[in-house]
Amino acid sequence: MWTDPAILEWIFILVKIIVIFGLVLSIVPYTVLAERRICAWIQDRVGPNRVGFQGLLQPIADALKLMLKEDMLSNHVHKVVFTLAPALVFMPSLMVLAVIPWGSAIGPMTCVLSDMNAGMLFALAVASFSVYGIALAGWASNSKYPFLGGMRSAAQMISYEVCLGLSLVPLFMQTGSLNLSAIVEYQTQHGWLMLYHPVACFIFITSLFAECNRTPFDLPEAEQELVSGYNIEYSSLKFGLFFLGEYANMLVASALVTTLFLGGWSLPFAPFNAPATVIWVGLAHVGIFVAKVCAMLFLFIWVRWTVPRFRYDQLMALGWKVFFPLALVNIVVVAVIMACRANL
Amino acid sequence: MIVERPKLTIWDRLYMPQILKGMWITLKHIPMKRFTRQYPEETPPLPKRYRGVPTLVRDPEQRVKCVACQLCEFVCPPRAITVIPGFRAETGPDAKVEKEPSDFIIDMARCIYCGLCEEACPEEAIFLKKDYAMASYTREQMKLHKEKLLELGGIHEDRICKWKKK
Amino acid sequence: MNAGDALFLFFSLALVLSALMVVLSPNAVVSALYLVLVFLFTAGLYILLQAFFLALLQVLVYAGAIMVLFLFVMMVLDLRKPCRWWDGNLPALMGGPLVGLAFGAAVWATLRRTVWPEATSETLFRGDLAAVVTPLFSRFLLPVEIIALLLLVATIGVVVLTRREDHP
Ligand code: SF4
Ligand code: SF4
Repeated sequence: MWTDPAILEWIFILVKIIVIFGLVLSIVPYTVLAERRICAWIQDRVGPNRVGFQGLLQPIADALKLMLKEDMLSNHVHKVVFTLAPALVFMPSLMVLAVIPWGSAIGPMTCVLSDMNAGMLFALAVASFSVYGIALAGWASNSKYPFLGGMRSAAQMISYEVCLGLSLVPLFMQTGSLNLSAIVEYQTQHGWLMLYHPVACFIFITSLFAECNRTPFDLPEAEQELVSGYNIEYSSLKFGLFFLGEYANMLVASALVTTLFLGGWSLPFAPFNAPATVIWVGLAHVGIFVAKVCAMLFLFIWVRWTVPRFRYDQLMALGWKVFFPLALVNIVVVAVIMACRANL
Repeated sequence: MIVERPKLTIWDRLYMPQILKGMWITLKHIPMKRFTRQYPEETPPLPKRYRGVPTLVRDPEQRVKCVACQLCEFVCPPRAITVIPGFRAETGPDAKVEKEPSDFIIDMARCIYCGLCEEACPEEAIFLKKDYAMASYTREQMKLHKEKLLELGGIHEDRICKWKKK
Repeated sequence: MNAGDALFLFFSLALVLSALMVVLSPNAVVSALYLVLVFLFTAGLYILLQAFFLALLQVLVYAGAIMVLFLFVMMVLDLRKPCRWWDGNLPALMGGPLVGLAFGAAVWATLRRTVWPEATSETLFRGDLAAVVTPLFSRFLLPVEIIALLLLVATIGVVVLTRREDHP
């Protein structure tokens, strides 16, 4: 009875949701641990290595600590918005994962929750929502530093969203699709898009750094000037949600880069360069995808502990005076090249 | 002094080469030697004149050297010491010493490890030892009493043996 | 009532409610948030109509960009005093509903007069990007360019207006 296609469809959807949640909830805490360990290594330290083997249980300890802290809700905050804001940071990143293909196919199940035609557009639309969480947290906290952090983040994210979208246009022109699965499949046949569009790749990744509020663009939470920015007034699980949200955003950003520029679940040789027909290849594809995402996460962490923070005017100048024109020029150049190749 | 702004070449102004260079440096540091000391297992080497916890000592004949003169209590800057004077046994070899502390309290939460008590003591009865991990869970536990202090201090190999000569 | 109808009912009810709250809530920022909800529910209605692309654009452009700018400005303005709807003066209280009624009547009249084409597989484009974009770059190229030019003029105008003489 359960082999009935309609019921099977539902079962698959459930499985996919569980897999996505599992991936997020297991990778995100370990990204935090990885960040702490790698930053320590870069600074010739050891990092947290006490809880469990080599600190592997540290995320659990951290989570417990956050949960047991007192949840403060001061009198001067706007209570509803204040409580809503952390969820608004976390939610969009989870929703974006719905359209990202995290594998080709395992048996009869395709490895993407929603194979939307305008998948990338959906991702951009949903991702644009994460700015609300931070800006509203800043506003609802009703105190100075969070407010400044919220404002900075709003301005920064709007600016870089433009570059983010524009840098992807050449990709869509080449692949002729907004569907992420189609883009990955294009890459399995023609090679990774990073090789075709290094400039777009560079702009996209840098803009993602800005979108995720990561160093060198972590002005919304600049510890030295804003103490901790938008999340000062938060404590306990609400703060934890912000914290996890930041890393979940990183995870989603890495998944996007992997899908768009690094060939998603594919490797450029057989049998990994075509949608899987046997189960072990399908599982290997998921593994390849996760490995690439982890590599991207490492890049995020690596850059954070190398590059110092930009000044605010430098940030805006970089976004509007460098990346914006560069992305436009890139589009034109790619268009010209494509037109030439089509006509010759 | 006026610092001339360096003229940046186009290569410098591109910014990317420098960032890549920086990233190479940080990458090289990942497998390098770590400087962290794994504290409870590896303790730091202490210098000879390190001033740790103040303790009371006994002389080689197991006698409490302190005569409860309260000079250390008086000199202690944060007033960490409380001496409660008492009497020694009326008979016996050190009856002539007359006094000894019936209790001797040093509040480790207040002590600043300055060593003035050691300096002030006329009987060389109080010494700063090398222990430093004196944390406890309550303020009461931070107050070390006579027995504990004597236990920490142990026996001081004394070459002068003042009490023998008097 | 099937699932589509139920969803339509839910979206439209929620839409009307949040639209009301935009007007009634005493706090400007909260009003703006309700407006975001309005956009989201509208997008939901578009999705029910199979207009995926439109829904995504609605979310991306209005909720994701324009409302963020709105919020940004509102936060800068520092509106401390809550302004409840019954605080307004009488003409405003009377005029608002009147204008609303007039507008509603106009919309209703137009809706009644329009002859709706039958939905075919051709008119349902199901989120196909090309179906939306091709007319924009062929049939409507001139209007699009003119609008772009207008926006550019407006942008330059704002820059000129806000520029102060003493700060070149
Ligand atoms: S070391 Fe200094 S502070 Fe500590 S008990 Fe002696 S005199 Fe007092
Ligand atoms: S420790 Fe020394 S200074 Fe302090 S009371 Fe005893 S004899 Fe006097």
